[in-house]
Amino acid sequence: MLEKALTGSKKYWAWVFCLLAVIAVGVLAYLRQYSYGLGLTGMSRDVTWGLYIAQFTFLVGIAASAVMLVTPYYLHDFKKFGKMVILGEFLAIAAIIMCILFIFVDVGQPMRILNVLLYPQLHSVMFYDMCVLCGYLAINFIVGWTTIGAERKGTPSPKWVKPIIYLSIPWAFSIHTVTAFLYAGLPGRHFWLTAIMAARFLASAFAAGPSLLILLCLIVRKVSKFDPDPPGVGAIQSLVKIIRYAMIANVFFYICEVFTAFYSGLPEEMAPFKYAFVGLDGHASLVPFMWTATVLAFLGIALLIFPTRKNSVLLPIALISVFLANWIDKGIVLILAGFVPNSFGRVTEYFPSGNEIAIVLGVYAIGMLVLTIFYKVAISVREQNL
Amino acid sequence: MSINRRQFLRRAGIVTALGLGGSFVINAAGSKLAEAAAESTYGTSTQGLAAKHWAMVVDMSKFKSKDDFKRVSQACDLIHNVPDIGNTKDEIKWIWEDDYEHTFSGGENEYLTESFKELPFVVMCNHCENPPCVKACPTGATFKRPDGIVDMDYHRCIGCRFCMGACPFSARSFNFRNPRPFIKENNPDYPTRTQGVVEKCIFCVERLAKGQKPACVEVSKGGLIFGDLDDPNSEVRKIISSKFTIRRKAELGTQPSVYYLVGGGEHA
Repeated sequence: MLEKALTGSKKYWAWVFCLLAVIAVGVLAYLRQYSYGLGLTGMSRDVTWGLYIAQFTFLVGIAASAVMLVTPYYLHDFKKFGKMVILGEFLAIAAIIMCILFIFVDVGQPMRILNVLLYPQLHSVMFYDMCVLCGYLAINFIVGWTTIGAERKGTPSPKWVKPIIYLSIPWAFSIHTVTAFLYAGLPGRHFWLTAIMAARFLASAFAAGPSLLILLCLIVRKVSKFDPDPPGVGAIQSLVKIIRYAMIANVFFYICEVFTAFYSGLPEEMAPFKYAFVGLDGHASLVPFMWTATVLAFLGIALLIFPTRKNSVLLPIALISVFLANWIDKGIVLILAGFVPNSFGRVTEYFPSGNEIAIVLGVYAIGMLVLTIFYKVAISVREQNL
Repeated sequence: MSINRRQFLRRAGIVTALGLGGSFVINAAGSKLAEAAAESTYGTSTQGLAAKHWAMVVDMSKFKSKDDFKRVSQACDLIHNVPDIGNTKDEIKWIWEDDYEHTFSGGENEYLTESFKELPFVVMCNHCENPPCVKACPTGATFKRPDGIVDMDYHRCIGCRFCMGACPFSARSFNFRNPRPFIKENNPDYPTRTQGVVEKCIFCVERLAKGQKPACVEVSKGGLIFGDLDDPNSEVRKIISSKFTIRRKAELGTQPSVYYLVGGGEHA
């Protein structure tokens, strides 16, 4: 089936070569980092995780969000999502591949990364995270590839794939829960030490992931003859409802965190929030980001609540707002504010280096290339069946 | 640790016996060495210092001048090939000084005079009884020994820095770059590290094995007292049970093994 990705219009190839160019720059940047060490990044002794791990955390959510299509479609027989499910599963594959790459570029000794499997430590959450990530990648690959393969031949999916599809539902929840536990179980990090972390992760994922998916569907509709949401079906509007409630839950959870910190008045609880929203000791690099995210979150919710959600111009704006708000919250602020202030109560800020940003863009380009190839295959199969 | 020397020698002996080595001489030498190793295992060696729970008391009354701090940190840096990178972003610290206010952050007292607030404290790895770093480490590169010391295996560390996120004391450093060019005087008795691994104070386990006290303790002129907390007759136990000592962030439940004796004067 992969051969379907090898034929395409000039625009398709232009897009692929653009991505390859970005990837090449990213690879060169990584080679520099590989020889010099992580000192090439903006990370320091105080802020030991930066953009890489933040992107990993955000993308795990994108991957997990496929379950918002799989569950209604397979478990509740919600037929509207029929044409979109495969796009959700392929998005999950691309997201997981990016997650794994972000971890890979973040370790100081990449050649030793298999030590996690050679000497598994059952008390380390990271071991479980590796297991669930690899498992979820395998599940989505098997399910996605088998169903689209069957569709190509015009036959129903084989029966053995059904149990794997059902397994993917709890598994999707597990990948984001386990990732939240990476943070939520650390005693000295007040910003992360919260029981609601996993719930927050899931809520933000189920808002950001489907937002991205709808945006991708709108693009697919434009660039191909295949329409993931043909007129009269209303799959996108159903997904919008999910996004709306997930985003409201996400903001509510966040307000719960702010209340706990500020009503209790615990200095160490309040400090990271102060750093993110108003700055601390004259350091305020996250402040513009946090307020942008806040405005976008409320704007997104407002646009999705009112009839504006059906407006073809305002809907993408709402979805982009929700997506960006979650990306800023999880892909930047959550990780950095966890380290600032440090355990001595001092503020050390983090600014990503150019090399680091090149690697991040390279990994995203790899993800987009994988997504492009998978979507190309899926779209070609669908177009052939039209 | 995957295998210790004893197991390695035994396995090496077996492999040789199977004929892979093809030499009875090597086999015989191997098993003799294995016997010798079996008699003296690491930690319980007759010449090494052993304890059930190593602990450190920092007697603040003995740290009065900058020199008192410099002596201990320099002794440590020299013996362990700790590089001096020269910037705070990439720096490696095993034992260093910080002020009272930040060392015991969270317990601020705004009415303290500036001299108290800025009172310097010696800080290092706390060798917690419940070390969050050990729990976090996905490969076992950082591990707690039976004698309570939290040790590092530099060869197994993958450099994920999860332990640094987990440590509530910022006691760990990461080799953001190759440390070797920044080592002033190379001590051939202790390994240098590579880029991309985490390191920290290990209570001088390599010296304890040879029957020596930690380097910082030796040069501290009584400011650092090191001993077995499980032994009621040890000096550290006597101080900790009878004097008022404080520990960093005790409320987190990690149970640090470094105790600060403040306002102690004569400790014993």
